[in-house]
Amino acid sequence: MNALSVRALTKTYNNGIQALKGVDLEVEQGDFFALLGPNGAGKTTLIGIVTSLVNKTAGTVSVFGHDIDRELEAAKACIGVVPQELNFNQFETPYTIVVNQAGFYGIARPVARERAEKYLKQLQLWDRRDKMSRGLSGGMKRRLMIARALMHEPRLLILDEPTAGVDIEIRRSMWDFLRDINAQGTTIILTTHYLEEAETLCRNIAIINGGLIVERDRMSSLLRRLNTETFVLNLRNSLAAAPKLEGYGIVLVDDHTLEVETAKEQNLNDVFARLSSLGIEVLSMRNKVNRLEEIFMRLVEGRNGTAANGSGGGGAGVAADGRTAAADGRTAAVNGGPGAPVRAAAGQGERS
Amino acid sequence: MSTVAQEAVAPPVRLGVIRWIGFKTIIIREYGRIIRIWGQTIVPSAVTATLYFLIFGSLIGRRVGAMGGFDYMQYIAPGVIMMAVIQNSYANVVSSFFGAKFGKHVEEMLVAPLPSWVIVSGYVGGGVVRGLLVGSGVTIVALLFTHLHVHHFFVIVASVLLTSITFSLGGFLNALYAKNFDQVNFIPTFVLTPLTYLGGVFYSVSVLPPLARTVSYANPILHMVNAFRFGFLGVSDIDIRVAFSLMIAAAVALFTAAVLLMNRGTGIRE
Repeated sequence: MNALSVRALTKTYNNGIQALKGVDLEVEQGDFFALLGPNGAGKTTLIGIVTSLVNKTAGTVSVFGHDIDRELEAAKACIGVVPQELNFNQFETPYTIVVNQAGFYGIARPVARERAEKYLKQLQLWDRRDKMSRGLSGGMKRRLMIARALMHEPRLLILDEPTAGVDIEIRRSMWDFLRDINAQGTTIILTTHYLEEAETLCRNIAIINGGLIVERDRMSSLLRRLNTETFVLNLRNSLAAAPKLEGYGIVLVDDHTLEVETAKEQNLNDVFARLSSLGIEVLSMRNKVNRLEEIFMRLVEGRNGTAANGSGGGGAGVAADGRTAAADGRTAAVNGGPGAPVRAAAGQGERS
Repeated sequence: MSTVAQEAVAPPVRLGVIRWIGFKTIIIREYGRIIRIWGQTIVPSAVTATLYFLIFGSLIGRRVGAMGGFDYMQYIAPGVIMMAVIQNSYANVVSSFFGAKFGKHVEEMLVAPLPSWVIVSGYVGGGVVRGLLVGSGVTIVALLFTHLHVHHFFVIVASVLLTSITFSLGGFLNALYAKNFDQVNFIPTFVLTPLTYLGGVFYSVSVLPPLARTVSYANPILHMVNAFRFGFLGVSDIDIRVAFSLMIAAAVALFTAAVLLMNRGTGIRE
């Protein structure tokens, strides 16, 4: 069964902005799913409609088989949501907030108290349970919203940038926590601007841009499609100009740093051998960007027509597909994956 | 997957239980808010009532003499109690619900499986709780200055509940439409207060000139105050059957409007 099924979903706001232009999306039960997109792409609107904070213009949404037009309450009972913005009463204590939230989902008070202890302890908030919540740190407030969303033990947990503004240590402990609850059967939909987070946690991914899903695939399949990688090399000695290496894109970033772009079929040993033959000694090496970030930028920038070729070389495959589909303005299946449909953007940039 | 299989997997959603516990939770939360800020919610009305009884009752009232067959202090006591109930029921819902909108924690309820009528009922319940708490406090203050008969207990209870419900609903509608705190204060200051003072709290409309008396009958608060006063003293400027019909009609109309607006998302959803 699908945890979430969205069909031909559109949303036009009163000011005329069309935030969603016909979104089709399915998320399987038990999945850990990433929904990515640039600011204003329609992620929060989509989540708002699923959680009934935003009225849809057209289309259908069902949660575990409950259509939100016909069985709204049953659908909402399945969902827990952690919104992007803080939305709890800052004059209440964490304990009161989570116990009351359980009550809104029909959890009896004694059970709510037990769960409050369980989740506030798991999220390291138990010691602060009776303090006014406005005094909590930013990370604590984020964790409080996660604890609150879990109080009715939802089957589908939607996290809209849950780790925004959270330091790396807490972020990683939150990742472990989310992995655990996903392993226990909770379906998770995650939106985030930390693409490393999506790559680390999620099995499936959709990218939304300009109100349309422009990519939907397994994370591993999507990453495999990246044809090029860029490496940053730190050199022992300074260089005045970038060396010429046939078949590779080379950029001299500064006199001790080179960027080398390699295609999937190319060999790093070959790069090192050629540099060595030119008397260039490499001290260390790292990937320039996260792999998912690279794909994301190519898809999104390709759609918006601002960076047509990515970083050149042979890596424009995904972006090229995207541009073709956008130009044609039709729905196309791109590059395998588990039969994932890709709806092409209608060639329009973002307006919001 | 078949429907049968889906039902076997999905836990049952007990909507009746969710609604009842959700309703109680909203009231518990409102009660917690009232108690947490008791200095703003309960005490001011008791202080104001004390001043009314001291100035209008003890000092000026002695010179006014009898009104409606009772001494002036006894005559105004039900009105002063009702005035506190009206103002506090309205103020509680408008400030609490608008505060929830402003702070976005109204979303806690909007994402939960609670239908609009449960959310409206919960907030109205909170308004009634504050109205009754403050009304009880003002009654205690009144008893320090005068003695109150109970002519008809059911009329007292019914009129105070209906009035509190009606003005709680009024506060809810105000909060739905309000976009800032100025709009939260506008109705209480420029509509509610004049109607209350001109609603027969401190006088019988029989002392008014004919035109003013006729106009006063259009004031709903006059009917509520007189129904409540009838419950204590057994005297009223108006037919209490008309008063109760009006209160019931107002409560039903306002409740319906609030639920319809909530369902449409007015003021709360984009």
